[in-house]
Amino acid sequence: MASNKKYWKSEAELNPNDSIVEALKQNEFTEQIPVDEFLGDKENLEASSTNRRDFLKYIGFSTAAASLAACEGPVKRSIPYVIQPENIVPGVASYYATTIADGFDFASVLIKTREGRPIKIENNVSAKVNGGANARVNASVLSLYDSTRVQGPMAGENPATWEELDAKVISGLKAAAASGKQIALLTQTYASPSMAKLVGDFSSTYPNVNHVTYDAVSEDAALTAFEMAYGERALADYDFEQADVIVSFAADFLSDWQGGGYDTGYTKGRVPTNGKMSRHIQIEANMSLTGANADRRIPMKPSQIKLALAKLYGKLNGTNVGGGSSDVDGVVGQLAAEIKRAGSKAVVVCGLDDINAQSVVIAINQMLQSKAFDAEQPKYVRQGSTAKVNKLVADMKAGRVGVLLVDGVNPMYTLPNAADFVEGLGKVGVSVSCSFNFDETAQAVDYVAAASHYLESWGDVEMKKGHYSLMQPTIRELFDTRQFAACLLKWMGSDANYYDTIKNHWSANILNGTSWNKTLQDGVFVDASSMTPSSAEVSEESEETETTGTQDNLASALRSLANATSTGMELMLYTKVGLGDGKQASNPWLQEFPDPITRVSWDNYVTVSKADAADLGLENYNVANGGLDGSKVNLTVDGVTLENVPVIIQPGQAKGTIGMALGYGKTAGMKDEMQVGVNAYPVYKDFNNVQSASISKVDGIHEFACVQLHNTLMGRGDIIKETTLEIFNTKDHAEWNHVPQVSLDHQEVPANSVDLWAEFDRSIGHHFNLSIDLNACTGCGACVIACHAENNVPVVGKEEVRRSRDMHWLRIDRYYSSEDSFEGDNEKKDNLDGLWGETGSLGGFGEMEDPAENPQVAFQPVMCQHCNHAPCETVCPVAATVHSRQGQNHMAYNRCVGTRYCANNCPYKVRRFNWFLYNNNDEFDYHMNNDLGKMVVNPDVNVRSRGVMEKCSMCIQMTQKTILDAKREGRPIKDGEFQTACSSACSSGAIVFGDINDEESKVAVLKKDDRMYHLLEHVGTKPNVFYHVKVRNTNEA
Amino acid sequence: MKKLFSQVSTLRFQALFVGLFLLLLSNPLSAQEEAAEATPDLGGDPVAGKQLFNQNCAACHALNRKMTGPALANVETRLYEEEGLDKEWLYSWIRNSAGMIASGDAYANKIYNEYNGAAMTAFPTLSNADIDNILAYTAAPPPAPAVVAAVPGGEVPAGGQVGGISNEVILGALALVFGLLVVMLILVNNTLRRIAEANGVEMVKAQAEKRTPIWKAFAQNQFLVFCTVIALLLGSAYGAYSWMSQIGVDQGYAPVQPIHYSHKIHAGDNKIECKYCHSSARVSKHSGIPSLNVCMNCHKSIYEYKGNPEGPSAEDLANGYTNEFYTKEIKKLYKAVGWDEENQKYTGESQPVEWVRIHNLPDFAYFNHSQHVTVGKIECQTCHGPVEEMEIMYQYSPLTMGWCINCHRETEVQVADNGYYEKIHAELSKKYGVDKLTAAQMGGLECGKCHY
Repeated sequence: MASNKKYWKSEAELNPNDSIVEALKQNEFTEQIPVDEFLGDKENLEASSTNRRDFLKYIGFSTAAASLAACEGPVKRSIPYVIQPENIVPGVASYYATTIADGFDFASVLIKTREGRPIKIENNVSAKVNGGANARVNASVLSLYDSTRVQGPMAGENPATWEELDAKVISGLKAAAASGKQIALLTQTYASPSMAKLVGDFSSTYPNVNHVTYDAVSEDAALTAFEMAYGERALADYDFEQADVIVSFAADFLSDWQGGGYDTGYTKGRVPTNGKMSRHIQIEANMSLTGANADRRIPMKPSQIKLALAKLYGKLNGTNVGGGSSDVDGVVGQLAAEIKRAGSKAVVVCGLDDINAQSVVIAINQMLQSKAFDAEQPKYVRQGSTAKVNKLVADMKAGRVGVLLVDGVNPMYTLPNAADFVEGLGKVGVSVSCSFNFDETAQAVDYVAAASHYLESWGDVEMKKGHYSLMQPTIRELFDTRQFAACLLKWMGSDANYYDTIKNHWSANILNGTSWNKTLQDGVFVDASSMTPSSAEVSEESEETETTGTQDNLASALRSLANATSTGMELMLYTKVGLGDGKQASNPWLQEFPDPITRVSWDNYVTVSKADAADLGLENYNVANGGLDGSKVNLTVDGVTLENVPVIIQPGQAKGTIGMALGYGKTAGMKDEMQVGVNAYPVYKDFNNVQSASISKVDGIHEFACVQLHNTLMGRGDIIKETTLEIFNTKDHAEWNHVPQVSLDHQEVPANSVDLWAEFDRSIGHHFNLSIDLNACTGCGACVIACHAENNVPVVGKEEVRRSRDMHWLRIDRYYSSEDSFEGDNEKKDNLDGLWGETGSLGGFGEMEDPAENPQVAFQPVMCQHCNHAPCETVCPVAATVHSRQGQNHMAYNRCVGTRYCANNCPYKVRRFNWFLYNNNDEFDYHMNNDLGKMVVNPDVNVRSRGVMEKCSMCIQMTQKTILDAKREGRPIKDGEFQTACSSACSSGAIVFGDINDEESKVAVLKKDDRMYHLLEHVGTKPNVFYHVKVRNTNEA
Repeated sequence: MKKLFSQVSTLRFQALFVGLFLLLLSNPLSAQEEAAEATPDLGGDPVAGKQLFNQNCAACHALNRKMTGPALANVETRLYEEEGLDKEWLYSWIRNSAGMIASGDAYANKIYNEYNGAAMTAFPTLSNADIDNILAYTAAPPPAPAVVAAVPGGEVPAGGQVGGISNEVILGALALVFGLLVVMLILVNNTLRRIAEANGVEMVKAQAEKRTPIWKAFAQNQFLVFCTVIALLLGSAYGAYSWMSQIGVDQGYAPVQPIHYSHKIHAGDNKIECKYCHSSARVSKHSGIPSLNVCMNCHKSIYEYKGNPEGPSAEDLANGYTNEFYTKEIKKLYKAVGWDEENQKYTGESQPVEWVRIHNLPDFAYFNHSQHVTVGKIECQTCHGPVEEMEIMYQYSPLTMGWCINCHRETEVQVADNGYYEKIHAELSKKYGVDKLTAAQMGGLECGKCHY
């Protein structure tokens, strides 16, 4: 019997009168194909002298001509230098030590240059402070070649000359001086001795100079608290290597907290040596990178964190700080016990923008006499004062500012009260912005002084008291730009150049007789005399601030912390590892860099907890092509609403809290592709990272570009092997680092003893291995960007990433546990029994796909494992991928025909296919389609073409170079000479590379370690990359 | 006044002697001998002077042309007449110019400043007699050797003509002999025929049997046709394959360069070491086209091409490679580097030379010169051919992968005195049971060694 059911494709079909439905019944296309337009003009057709035969002749001729022409090779020109600079040998890289200090990132680095072009950033290992480049610093070399840079001075929207600009500014300065109006400098944090001197000179040249330092992401609370305690506006330094117990109250110290750079010390204490490692407890609202690395993570609302902090002080001090729930009391009790046991080997840090909280943390560390807490040699990498910024905006509005000079900051974008700023700007006589892009501020001011990149500039930095570093240009200005210091000198009427200013200042005040050239070569200088605090300085400081009332202050601080309350949702603003404060938002490497926690690239979003999402009806789901979709919300803080903000449901997010990253949503002076995300600065009220907010769901779906579909490990404990410190210390490694067993002749044998293939003798020559210590890896992603830079990895854009076509050779997988811990997952999986019921695998596995409310997190960098028995090699029909004696799995691009068999047969999914031509293609308008952006390309590595498979080569260009250097010098290779881009970028020491045939080498020792295991060992691929079992210090007190 | 006068004349002398001193230093014995032979009364021997001049002075001075230092023709007279400086001044200038400048001598300082403060090398070993010889040479340079004079540029050298005539004579005689033989044979044949006719011998043409033409027989044999077709197809496939595999192989590629640079003159005639100019071949992946300042190391003083003493060969002349031609090419260099010959100064207006690249390895192949030149100790000529004989540089080798691989299979690794190879050579040679390892055995055939 025929069915009466009516099938319909869209709602419109149900309406019989709908015109479109009718039209579609008749035609395939609703609109007529414009054939008539093309062929209807009969007159025109007849007038044409070209008939069909002629047309065919033309086609034939041009085909023949094209194929003939193709036989002739193109003529290539080769243009040598007229006068070759002495220190440049074409084909040989030179390295220069310099320092990045863009106001947000501070690091001493080495710059690799080829034929005069900076192409890569390396860590400066001789630097004692911030010698490790993070992802943003690694990517900063690409920002140098940003095609959207301001290429010369501008007056409004029009190009100008420096002479014009200088004349206008100087006359403006003189007018301001004459009229007694303020001359305001609104700048980034320089932490630069020479800049301080220069600003001093500027102030003595012109009266009424007001230097306002402004950090887009403020650390004002911590600075003020430190100033109250020690009389100097600086930040306490922490050496986490010295700490046995680390308690962090929402301080994301592994990424950008207080200027960052703490991961090196932290990871040194995290690798179990002699049965000991530090214990790290994180109390936070958002799931941060630091929280993900903690042994114990306690999700908590910011208001409760404050209470907990106050209570902790009380517990440690023996006083009673009242109020709050019993939950908090319980947690604080455990914390206090652990801290007390560790005594001076404990340290407490706090990331809340609250002076009281910061004061209490200082008091606790003082009370503990924490060895990890260093107030004598504080850090200077943040100096912004929110009070001064607010005062300046008020002054501008009142018309008291004659000249405004802006450098290194973009207040129009980053100020929460940008409207006030622009109103004030109208009343300023002359406003100049020293800008890198034609950004929001540059568009608002009168003149744009095109700024030089740090790789084109001279400079110096004192990141930490007594620790100086120098910035030197590694390339001449690409455009007609000038660094701000040079502008200041010019506007002061001085003929001196900034280089001489620095050199003289250093010779007179810093170097103490040490050679300038040597210091410039090293890039860093430590003033030994500053290691002991000079009494003169202390007394000078104590005059400035009164410290007698500390106890009273503390009491009131504790009171206000204990009484902290909140209404509605608590919004915690943070910065992402990728974009930071948004300064490098037009850097495609950073935009494509997946966030370590959410694994989302090209976006920011609101993170909500699972429970809140359920209440509000927010959801995340994967669609058929693997893309992640999510709901959108409107986020309102104190009357300011951010519209259509996408939502990510974040495991581990504290209930009643939401998180959102700053630094996105920049639109001015950027390519269309880069204008992603939502600007969160408008809700950064009073420069406080905690806000009271409300969110409401709005219609629509946001399409994310998320590179990881599965969030949990599903109990597959042999992918990331974990154990606790207790088991690690007490049990045999066979227990906690179990080698998978397979059945051979009906006997259980270790999987690595069975072999399908005859084994090669690899004992001769080099045999490269890469070691990854999961204990030391924080997931920071510096290696991902370093790999990008070294290997010319293309940027594919948001759409392509969404289609899982990202090209990163090295990815850092992030896994959540489905139970409270991965251990729990493993047990649950092992106990599954049958299909149905309580322990049935049908339901059980489904449950295990969902991460827990507060899951454990694990990171795992995965690159090509360079299997000795590689599955990819056996399936390649053209032998494009083959193995070498040195352990590297080679990929001959010119041989590859693009069958993608290898990628399908790879158990680690590390092969990347060039779906398109990513270079010289305007469809991918990032950096490889313009001459400027192409300057960053590494000439030793091929730029791959369309239809070719690519993957990690274990930086064969670097190992080959090391070998060649040794051959040329006729010497054996020392351990440590072999490096890959990732291993040399890893400042936490998690990635170690070397030759295991050198028995003495570090990597050979690591390979024999009990913690060593291979990824998917039971597959029998015998990889040359190995991992070290993650040990968690989770034995509860 | 008188004092000044005497000083000036000395200066003149000394300026001349600066150059002479250099000559002496390099060959003091013979120079002294020659100096002794020279008659001092005549003010020096110009022949000995020329030798001294070429040895000591010519690097910086020419007779009629400013170089690093002033032109020295008739320097003695000129100094005397224009500046009033005598020979004594020249003696002391040549032996210690710096001292004279320091002592504040007016003309010494003038000349020092005029030549951009380039201090003249002191020649304390030149005797007065030597200096006199040099001055004599500058005053009256000896006539050029007779050979050169006998062959004015442009005429065909006599030697070539002589060789040509003798060859032609031989050939002509041979042709005559062969002609005679042919005539004789025809005559003999005719005579024999006549005798035969006279004897009544009938010349019957053999009546050929009626046979199938060979092509028809072939066409009828299907097996043969089949085989031929197969052979033809295979042959044309092979032809097509060989033709296609030479696409992109530019062996023999010799493009016209913006400056006609002759490797034959530089590396061949003058025996300049390859790596003097292509210095980065030792340390870098690129051999490097020398920057123009390297050219100027020599061409500051070599401003014209004098050719070999016998003059240009017939072959050169046929190509238009006259001395003037080469000199014009040197001027092109001066223009590119911005060298003002008049004032011996760089103008600062340079224009890089856009050479046409001859050896174009594809981007996907990594080649490192230093690996082959410094480590492998391979002669440049192994791959680049007889460069020292190339008037126009061309690509000697095919630069195909097969060519690379063959060499890697055959070439032994230079392990001697190289600490890097010690261990690996001992182990590998034991494994393969050989004394010497080839590059292939060291792993030189692995894809990733050249493709990344």
